Amino acid sequence: MMQTLYDKLWNQHVVHTESDEPGSMALIYIDRHLVHEVTSPQAFESLKLAGRKPWRLNSILAVADHNVPTTDRSQGINDPISRLQVDTLDQNCDELGITEFKMNDVRQGIVHVIGPEQGATLPGMTVVCGDSHTSTHGAFGCLAFGIGTSEVEHVLATQCLLMKKAKAMQIVVRGQLGLGVTAKDIALAVIGKIGTAGGTGYAIEFAGSAIQSLSMEGRMTLCNMAIEAGARAGMIAVDDTTVEYIKGRPFAPQGESWEKAVAYWRTLQSDSGAEFDETIVLDAEAIKPQVTWGTSPEMVTTVDGRVPDPASVVDEVKRHDMEQALKYMGLHANTSIKDIAIDKVFIGSCTNSRIEDLRAVAQVVRGKQVAARVKLALVVPGSGLVKNQAEKEGLDDIFRAAGFEWREPGCSMCLAMNDDRLASGERCASTSNRNFEGRQGPGGRTHLVSPAMAAAAAIAGHFVDVREMSDS
Amino acid sequence: MEKFNTFNGLVAPMDRANVDTDAIIPKQFLKSIKRSGFGQNLFDEWRYLDHGEPGMDASQRQTNPEFVLNKPRYQGAEILLARANFGCGSSREHAPWSLQDYGFRVIIAPSFADIFFNNCFKIGLLPIILEEKILDQLFEAVKATDGYCLTVDLEAQSVNTPDEISFGFEVDTFRKHCLVNGLDEIGLTLQKADKIKQFEQQRREQQPWLYA
Ligand code: SF4
Repeated sequence: MMQTLYDKLWNQHVVHTESDEPGSMALIYIDRHLVHEVTSPQAFESLKLAGRKPWRLNSILAVADHNVPTTDRSQGINDPISRLQVDTLDQNCDELGITEFKMNDVRQGIVHVIGPEQGATLPGMTVVCGDSHTSTHGAFGCLAFGIGTSEVEHVLATQCLLMKKAKAMQIVVRGQLGLGVTAKDIALAVIGKIGTAGGTGYAIEFAGSAIQSLSMEGRMTLCNMAIEAGARAGMIAVDDTTVEYIKGRPFAPQGESWEKAVAYWRTLQSDSGAEFDETIVLDAEAIKPQVTWGTSPEMVTTVDGRVPDPASVVDEVKRHDMEQALKYMGLHANTSIKDIAIDKVFIGSCTNSRIEDLRAVAQVVRGKQVAARVKLALVVPGSGLVKNQAEKEGLDDIFRAAGFEWREPGCSMCLAMNDDRLASGERCASTSNRNFEGRQGPGGRTHLVSPAMAAAAAIAGHFVDVREMSDS
Repeated sequence: MEKFNTFNGLVAPMDRANVDTDAIIPKQFLKSIKRSGFGQNLFDEWRYLDHGEPGMDASQRQTNPEFVLNKPRYQGAEILLARANFGCGSSREHAPWSLQDYGFRVIIAPSFADIFFNNCFKIGLLPIILEEKILDQLFEAVKATDGYCLTVDLEAQSVNTPDEISFGFEVDTFRKHCLVNGLDEIGLTLQKADKIKQFEQQRREQQPWLYA
């Protein structure tokens, strides 16, 4: 029978099924377990209380990212509660012998940036982490999804998870993206189309020529946001781009083992004629730069669009949600997106903090100045290695000269668990993935955009179409 | 885990769609390394007028009288009525922990986000999916009637109203079995340890690079 990529990945990992009936629980083997400080302490504690030990230590890679400061780290972490959480991770890893990149290790960074960067994420794997954006890793033709703390403990103790197979959705993006339009815009356009619950119960495979043309960075951005469309997992078939990216990375196989691995990885694609439960087709040419206007990623429009009018919506619950969102965002119906002025800019997060993202920003801001009304423009690289690479290319100088702050790696203002945050009422152009109420600080207003669009907004002081910006 | 039996509880309505995990429990409270104590910060930004930080004494804070769970008639609620896509957003189990710690034992909605839905079962909080139409009825009833209670019967898979209308719901057999008997999933999985080892051995032979 013809199989989808998801079928192949699933079948490869079934240890046991309760019954042969479709939709019954299966025990799924986990190859890679990424761990961070926020969702793991309770799992380690219960594991210990139950007198259990991790099943396979070398499947685990740990890093602190959510709570770490992005400013000078020589003084440690100021906030005692954040510090306790990071210390607890360090202690747990030291005690059990788990590989961890500590805060001052150059390899430290956002968990979804460092996994692929180290070659710890490989095609054909099951990858889990106590974090919903684990879907990012699906860019490598693996089955990657976020789990809760009880499941973190379950994987630690058994190397397995009990789960039900999801339905398969294929999202095909035909043609090629226009200049200045990025993977982030595809992600937001998809969510705008199917909604934040559109992918609930599905594993999404992204396919089509526009996807094949994306770099690994772009593919990660796209799979990262599968969860914002409600799908626990997003994935993309393995091709030359995938294999090229992995080659030579520290955790990647080498020599004879490499050849064998690559031969297997090349089979990780949906068979032609494989059936999906749902297929959605988009034309890349029709995708324009996207800007969210509300408090859910599905509240999105194009940069040349306007804030929608709730009065035009028939569904009562939906209209009410829109009104509430506009009130929270301090926006009026029918305002042109380009007339929305911003106070802060955040470039970073596991969605858009990789080297390619930083290059895109540098290209826009080179030789220009951040607008006077913008109080803070932050660039937070995804990892210490991304930071080094950017500095080698001189990107940090470009950012600083334009008026950006150049920071240490971490989650930072994506969720504002450290000191980087919006004050109440402040409006931010952000390359992160969630515009929920209070996400970037209580009362803060988030507009999700691509790195190039955030950079352009920083220079203009309001949203602009990056495709219309002059190069002078 | 505690066994889940039939029970009758007071209902509270949360009449908005896409209630996300950042709203259920804002991130500043995720800094805790404990599993308990999150209830006082459930829906923190909606529930209080001041900004909440960990360590604050909840009894000294000013609550928002407009927020539904602060209304006297919903005090002691154990069943939450919700709208579509409840629990979307992050994988934080702190969201179900905070709902449970607050006192909720059941959440009824037309749909849930996948990870949240899953996390609930792990801790013995029961998410029930009912049709939008039925929820409309229940929302209406709870708003119209002070002290409106529902009976949830997990064994029979039904939600029963005071006027004896019964709505059936689906629940996975295995999950139900775990809830009803209060079973520890990890213990159950470890009964299959030999099978896992066998699988691992096979995998090691086929894809040795995964075990380097
Ligand atoms: S960058 Fe944001 S979304 Fe990504 S892992 Fe960190 S907090 Fe989560």
